Amino acid sequence: MPAPDPAQPFWQMEGISKRYGGVTALDNVDFTCRRGRIHAVLGENGAGKSTLIKIMAGVVQPDSGTMRLEGRSVTFAAPVDAMRQGVVSIFQELSLIPDLSVADNLSIVDPPRRFGFIDRAAQRRRAEDLLARVGCDDVHPLELVRNLPLSRRQMVEIAGALGRSPKMLILDEATSALTVADVEKIYEILRRLRGEGLAIVYISHRMHEIAALADDCSVFRNGQHIETFAKGAKTDNEIVELMIGREYRHVFPPKPARNASPEPMLEVEKLSWGDRLTDISLKVDRGEVVGIGGLDGQGQRELLLALFGVLSGVSGTVKVAGQAARLTSPRHAKSPGVGMALIPEDRKTEGLMLPMSVRDNISLAAVEKFTHGLLIDRSAERRAVEDMVQRLAIRAGSADAAVGTLSGGNQQKVVIAKWLMTEARLILLNDPTRGIDVGTKQEIYQLLRRLADAGNAILLYTTDYDELIGCCDRVVMLYDGRIVRELSGNALTERNIVTSALNLPFDAAAEARP
Amino acid sequence: MRELRMRLAQNYGPLVAFGLFVLIFAVYIGNHPAGLTVAVATTAANKGVLLALVGMAQTLPVLTGGLDLSVGMIFVMCNCIASAMVNGSPLQTATGVAAVLLAGLACGLLNGAIIVYGRLQPIITTLATGAIYYGIALAIRPVPGGEVNEALSDALTNQVFDTVPTTLVLLAAVVIVIWLPFRASALGRGCYAAGSSEPAAYMSGVDINRSKLAAYALCGLLAAVAGLLLTFVTDSGEASAPGGSVYTLNSIAAVVIGGTSLLGGVGGVIGAIFGAFVLRTIGDLLFVFDLPPLWQPLIQGAILLAALSLGAARVLRIRNRLELFG
Amino acid sequence: MPALFKSIDRPVLIAFGFLIVMLAAGSFYSSNFLSATYLMQQLEVASFLGIVATGAMIVILPGHIDLSAPWVITIGGMMATAAAGWWGETGAIVALPFAVLCGIAVGVINGLGVAYLRIPSMIFTLGMNAVAQGLMVLHTGGFAPTDEATPFMRWLAVKRTLLDIPNTAFVWLLVGVLLVIALRRTPFGRYVYAIGNRERATYLSGVDTRRVLIICFAASGACSALAGVMLAGYSAKAYQAMGDAYLLPAIAAVVLGGTNILGGSGTYLGTVAGVLLITLLQSILSVMQMPEAGRQVIYGVVIIGMLMVYGRGAKRVG
Repeated sequence: MPAPDPAQPFWQMEGISKRYGGVTALDNVDFTCRRGRIHAVLGENGAGKSTLIKIMAGVVQPDSGTMRLEGRSVTFAAPVDAMRQGVVSIFQELSLIPDLSVADNLSIVDPPRRFGFIDRAAQRRRAEDLLARVGCDDVHPLELVRNLPLSRRQMVEIAGALGRSPKMLILDEATSALTVADVEKIYEILRRLRGEGLAIVYISHRMHEIAALADDCSVFRNGQHIETFAKGAKTDNEIVELMIGREYRHVFPPKPARNASPEPMLEVEKLSWGDRLTDISLKVDRGEVVGIGGLDGQGQRELLLALFGVLSGVSGTVKVAGQAARLTSPRHAKSPGVGMALIPEDRKTEGLMLPMSVRDNISLAAVEKFTHGLLIDRSAERRAVEDMVQRLAIRAGSADAAVGTLSGGNQQKVVIAKWLMTEARLILLNDPTRGIDVGTKQEIYQLLRRLADAGNAILLYTTDYDELIGCCDRVVMLYDGRIVRELSGNALTERNIVTSALNLPFDAAAEARP
Repeated sequence: MRELRMRLAQNYGPLVAFGLFVLIFAVYIGNHPAGLTVAVATTAANKGVLLALVGMAQTLPVLTGGLDLSVGMIFVMCNCIASAMVNGSPLQTATGVAAVLLAGLACGLLNGAIIVYGRLQPIITTLATGAIYYGIALAIRPVPGGEVNEALSDALTNQVFDTVPTTLVLLAAVVIVIWLPFRASALGRGCYAAGSSEPAAYMSGVDINRSKLAAYALCGLLAAVAGLLLTFVTDSGEASAPGGSVYTLNSIAAVVIGGTSLLGGVGGVIGAIFGAFVLRTIGDLLFVFDLPPLWQPLIQGAILLAALSLGAARVLRIRNRLELFG
Repeated sequence: MPALFKSIDRPVLIAFGFLIVMLAAGSFYSSNFLSATYLMQQLEVASFLGIVATGAMIVILPGHIDLSAPWVITIGGMMATAAAGWWGETGAIVALPFAVLCGIAVGVINGLGVAYLRIPSMIFTLGMNAVAQGLMVLHTGGFAPTDEATPFMRWLAVKRTLLDIPNTAFVWLLVGVLLVIALRRTPFGRYVYAIGNRERATYLSGVDTRRVLIICFAASGACSALAGVMLAGYSAKAYQAMGDAYLLPAIAAVVLGGTNILGGSGTYLGTVAGVLLITLLQSILSVMQMPEAGRQVIYGVVIIGMLMVYGRGAKRVG
């Protein structure tokens, strides 16, 4: 590969515009990438980032504008065209095929052939090779992708991208499901690829990742390219201001003083489920936000699902507001006597019916409240939905618009609105801010605190340590399906969280650090 | 060890179908007055292979996440064409065979083209094209009849070396010549990819359209092979609508019993072959047990339901109810 | 709901437009096509298909399919006529409810298999169809049943009590109005559409999706059985395989009316349009004395052609 010439842009877009129906997703955007640089793209959801990379990857086609690759004008009618030109993307929605093996997936286009047929042995060797390159030797090449945990799938996805010998690599929130150790591996690979002269476009909502990786940053807002600058030219605060277009205040709302005589809302006693959850005992008081922390896959999701009645064969006792609750189904968990709500992990498949209207989605869980006799009182329903849309500042053309047309942040607000409609008093949240823009994140933090202040209890699982520290009154740390530590007050620090997540004794961890 | 476990898990469906078939067939032979004679085996094979071929045909669209409700009608139509064309001199017969196969291929291609380029749902598309193929069958053979090259018919419905039923050899040949190469080609893998997750396949640069087109075309071709064989077995052609429907529906049953997911992406034709054999043997089983004929349809249906329900027993073991929704 | 309505208005409009074009074309062929007698006759015939299609739609909306309709129709016809034979006077009175209950029973079993055992509806209802057939073969001893339809069934199926409008049309109207209210004005209807869009999210919204599915299949069974009772009334007796001719036209009618075959969207008005369309098409082909072969081909071509005109399908990727 020739030495990268930073003066010659590898990729140039000029005057790119894209409209979906009446919504302008990109408005006359110019964007340039160079070899040997990691280029971070920042912006709220709905800012146009995902449309930008979808156009670069050939998933959607621009309405107007030109694209140049190494000076040549190009058009991509489908993802495969972009790949052939060396433009390789890793999307948030994974592009692995669940029922094929890892090896099949890694050679899905242009597999090694013998006599015209796929050469399975060569394909397997290739897979072993690529997996080793991303430090994923624990994944068997013949394993079906369906059977891999999310974090492994994401690593396989990255291995697959490397296997396509990219000249430009586009990563969209590629680390969102990864463990800390994997993220480090990815950083290392990306830096090495930069050294080899690749152009890398990196999209992330995590500010510290950008600080750790990027050479250049571009900020997008409302479908426009606002500014591009070199790393270090601006402070974090300035960047966030550019992204949200207004002055940036506190990230997290202040925590009120602990109540002296707490009233417990949720009491869990020795809850176990197979080998995934063992003897979980915890308590959440009215007015309290309790966080669940730990490395990815230590039983956090299962704990929330168990409380919500999704899992069968759960042992232990659970009391809600002093009353013993049977955890048999979400329907039961939702009933007024229990009053539980769960904001699920994946809003697109578990939270929403994307083709249905905002109104139908928001009222779905509480529609029986508006029912007199057999019939729904539709004007009461409409009023309640409108209230909720205003209360959460959901930005939708109208309540009749399909939820699928909303931005990610607004979709998540619809999921939350659905559960606020049920007047739940115990709200479980599974990573509610994943893949969501800074502005909406802040609104969600404020909302959680307001809900708690109104006497509700909140149990929040998040993969973002900043949120555990900023949002929660107390945090329980899970390791291998057990609660290994509870942190609160001054003990709620990033360092304590990291050591607890690895289940290290505090002292040993302190010694381990110079 | 880990690899062996994985391979077993990944071939669970066909293995169960195979086990089920061996079990039922053993019971059947054990109770058959004549035991396992060449004649008994040949009769069983001739009936079983017909459904097995249609089941194989159905498997391909199902793998892509689709379905072909016209497969039985293609089968019937090819039977009618064969009864009109496959006779006379060797050359004429050969031309006839080629015409039948081409007709089936063309029907399959038409299905595929409407589904892929017309972007219509497979269920409704093949429902409608099924009517068209049935109409053609009816036009060719308004009343049952016709004839077929007798030498070829005798050769195909008897045995090789007086022991192995020829139809089984034919089935094996179809597997080796059509299925195995297809399975090992990028086209075949594209079918699995499209059925497993179409968006992911598209993002990965799989040529979904070509794979789907190939799946439906091969489906038509395999249905034509079955139609041809039916003509050799019955020595005539009949445009029977109920006959076509029964084969369509049984082909779906065979596919499912063979462990292929109707959602697509999982399974293969080997399972469907044993699924078809299981279905056929159940029918014969009722015969050897001398059940009153009136009870046979009910018991056959009940056994089918019971087999499906047993296969679904894993649902009761699921401990995370979200897994129920796939 | 209005958003949903807007999005499928187009197929419904096209279907009705096509209906008018067909009537107009038919009237060139014969002036009878616009006569009240002919139209009422078509409405009478359409009502049978309409009721079966109603049942088909209730299970298609939540993303399933009911292939047991043919023999549930037969069960409906045979049980209604048999009830009169078994229980005399009382039997004549309970004939219709008894037959519908039998249909509901089959539907509930379908629902249990699909909702609890998670067996794909396409295959489970197929199995139930075989079982239903087996039961009826056993019931009749393989011969044509000798029981006659009751006078009430006759009245329901062939008489025209009001304004020369066939009674069957009123039955269809009643069934249709019930379904429209259930779909648009009750939580059940909301859940049906939600399940068709994504059952997982519906379940996590605290909806007992299994119960909803069982109700859908039970309602479908009830519709099929009701249609069977009326068909038996129409031809004075029940006969083997009397429902075979209704399964595919019913599904085609639902889809021609703009309902997504994968579930989640569709309006009843569309299904009505689809039913009328198919009935009229069949009638025109038979009036033109088209041989059966040609009818089948045209029938298939029209369905494909119309769906192509809608320019829909395959939208629900992902």
